[in-house]
Amino acid sequence: MATTAVETGPDFYHEPSARKGLRGWIFSTDHKRIGILYGVTMMVFFTVAVIIGLLIRLELLYPGKTIIDPQTYNTFFTLHGIMMIFLFIIPGLPAVFGNFLLPIMIGAKDVFFPRLNLLSWWLFLAGGVLALVSLALPGGPADTGWTFYVPYSVRTTTNVLPALMAAFILGFSSILTGLNFITTIHRMRAPGMDWFKMPLFTWSLYATGWIQILATPIIGITLLLVAIERWFGVGIFDPALGGDPVLYQHLFWIYSHPAVYIMVLPGLGVVSEILPVFARRTIFGYKFIAYSSLAIAFIGSLVWAHHMFTVGMSDTGMFIFSFLTFLVSIPSAIKVFNWIATLYKGSIDPDVPLLYVLSMIIQFCIGGFTGLLLGTLAVNIHVQDTYFVVGHFHYVMFGGTGFALFAALHYWFPKMFGRMYAKRPAIVAWLLATIGFNLLYFPMFFLGYLGMPRRYYDYLPEYTIYHQISTVGSWVLALGLLVMVVNLIVALRKGAKASANPWGSKTLEWTVASPPPMENFHEIPVVTKGPYDYSEYERPHETK
Amino acid sequence: MKPSESAVHAGHHHRDDVGSKIGMWLFLFTELILFGGMFLAYAVYRLQYPNEFKLAAIELDALVGTVNTIILLTSSLTVALSITAIQEGKKHLAQIMLGMTQVLALAFLVNKYFEWSHKFEVGLFPQSDVLLSKPPGEIIYFGLYYVMTGLHAVHVIIGMAILAVMMGFIASGRIAKDNAVRLELGGLYWHLVDIIWIFLFPLFYLIH
Amino acid sequence: MDHNDQHPHDAPHVVSYGQYVLIWLGLLALTGITVALAGIDLGRWVIVTALVIAAIKSTLVLNIFMHLKFEHRMFRWFVVITLATLAIFFILLFFDYAFH
Repeated sequence: MATTAVETGPDFYHEPSARKGLRGWIFSTDHKRIGILYGVTMMVFFTVAVIIGLLIRLELLYPGKTIIDPQTYNTFFTLHGIMMIFLFIIPGLPAVFGNFLLPIMIGAKDVFFPRLNLLSWWLFLAGGVLALVSLALPGGPADTGWTFYVPYSVRTTTNVLPALMAAFILGFSSILTGLNFITTIHRMRAPGMDWFKMPLFTWSLYATGWIQILATPIIGITLLLVAIERWFGVGIFDPALGGDPVLYQHLFWIYSHPAVYIMVLPGLGVVSEILPVFARRTIFGYKFIAYSSLAIAFIGSLVWAHHMFTVGMSDTGMFIFSFLTFLVSIPSAIKVFNWIATLYKGSIDPDVPLLYVLSMIIQFCIGGFTGLLLGTLAVNIHVQDTYFVVGHFHYVMFGGTGFALFAALHYWFPKMFGRMYAKRPAIVAWLLATIGFNLLYFPMFFLGYLGMPRRYYDYLPEYTIYHQISTVGSWVLALGLLVMVVNLIVALRKGAKASANPWGSKTLEWTVASPPPMENFHEIPVVTKGPYDYSEYERPHETK
Repeated sequence: MKPSESAVHAGHHHRDDVGSKIGMWLFLFTELILFGGMFLAYAVYRLQYPNEFKLAAIELDALVGTVNTIILLTSSLTVALSITAIQEGKKHLAQIMLGMTQVLALAFLVNKYFEWSHKFEVGLFPQSDVLLSKPPGEIIYFGLYYVMTGLHAVHVIIGMAILAVMMGFIASGRIAKDNAVRLELGGLYWHLVDIIWIFLFPLFYLIH
Repeated sequence: MDHNDQHPHDAPHVVSYGQYVLIWLGLLALTGITVALAGIDLGRWVIVTALVIAAIKSTLVLNIFMHLKFEHRMFRWFVVITLATLAIFFILLFFDYAFH
């Protein structure tokens, strides 16, 4: 579509007809405001969770007690997990970037259920506040690990109940977001935008929405059952009363494994979104990438028991789950091949979003490979519940999704805030973050292989050097994150005003002003081309 | 709603009933999976304790269960009839049908109350001495019974509330002959509550 | 299926009172059959027959009371996907428990 002159007028921050002040935000049903609200609240939870993570690493700098006692340590890794998973990464990209961008990317003025969208955010806030409140209540914060395994979660006197309730409320928030996005994508695409003209980020949000709908209720019922056990002693998971604790693990992971795909799929969508722009080439294998998102959502729902290989399942069950785990790597690999093919012979612009994407791809691959190792039964016996697992999931969730989130932040920052950030500090931050991240987590594979269990407060002296490298890595990473955040905050106030399309991208959100006006489009566009049409950049001799 | 904010819903200046239905069905799927998790637990334990489940089920009154099944099936009928009524512009008939649904739902809950209190009287409740003296499989059976029928009853109450709101909408005109989708959505919720009971009934009451 | 290819106020499909009552009678009959069969000693087949009949009843409720039969095909696919997901959970769970 031809680039039209972008109309002037108030942006959605300065919309004159909206309520004034704070009330205009916390009661707003505008998807962009809701996206920003999510972003701000998530930043708070993320910061707290990062600080807890740094304290955990500080404690592990030396064997024995360093700064905290064992009980506190247990609550720390529990909180770090709960906050990072339920308050940061699961809402993550969909809540902030999905909310802000999905309607604009498909040429709509908002999501299908704007008031439900606001409710989603209120539930998110309520869940987060409840989780934080549980820190202060008598009994102390939960110390069960974020996985709440029975029987300990039923017996411990710490504040498990508020944590369970918080997770339940957050699950509701997640479900409503998925419901909203699926309906929006089905019903509100602009004229001419058929399914295969949608941006790939939108495809990833669609696949993610289905997982949110079909998987989240299982954790809902499971956590409810733990609460009921604590209140009424019903005995569903209590061996003394005929219950099976392994059933709890099955039910827990039936959600929590697909949950990691809720976390990662939008990140993969972001990569597919950014690569064409900075390679000045259309994405390679659009349909394969679109379908692979659906395939990951589907197969990813079949692999949950690979978290349970050491609990005493039947051999048959173990073989099947191991096999399915290997299968799920295939659609992920398809994406990586397509990404590389997109870059190949492209006109590469190594700007900040692309740098984060490149780190992400490599780290995601490391995470993925170690996932295959974990999925191999013989290897799993040795490294289950060791630092190998901790390294693996941080590589996929943080190195993968987390870095994709940083990439998204640096890509869409000018669109969301109307300002451009300074490039050099951003690159310094990226370098520090990447180096720090890998220093922090790579040693964990060695630690795990050598037998260091996870969640342990103390360790044998022979593990010390790995822990120390890791802790130093955490400081480098934290420095990188700090530089990144400060740079972006400075840009909010002093950054150069951004044009509608500073990156020369082809998707619809770049056809409206930065930041967009309240209704996104003064006129709903009619779509005629695909989202990655960089044909004007093709070299003359190049054929498709 | 401020004019500009209502303009944001430009996509909805044309009312989109299909989209509303998509949203409702998606929500119903979450309810289905929520109960599905409980049925998974039931299946695992029934596989493990087939005889104890049969023994424990004797405590349940199959007649009451059957009556309750008939009650809920009939309530689904009355909800469906109310929709046809409103689609034919017969407000009054629709309200009567919905009223009957509420009465039937209440009857269901009353039955459930008597079932539960009878069991409490004979000492069959979680952590009771009577229950704890039974074999593990029977303890699990009753645990599942209380959780699943309890959760179901909660949904019956929610359904009653939703239908009450629908009755209010009909009275105020927000649901009318050419704008009946809200009632359809409310009806969908009610039918799901019925479907869950359709499965609960044989699995708890008819094991012999 | 786009917003674009649908008239804003398509007349909804109206099911007659008689059709609903007929389905209700069918549901009552099926309930009666379930109860009757429970009295017969079918051994292991008790649960299968009960679930099959429950499935038939649910199909009637879904298709007629819940209008699934008269909605766009897409809704039926949604229901199938959801039920298939649940079925897969059952099947995979049983690969563990059935082989203990």
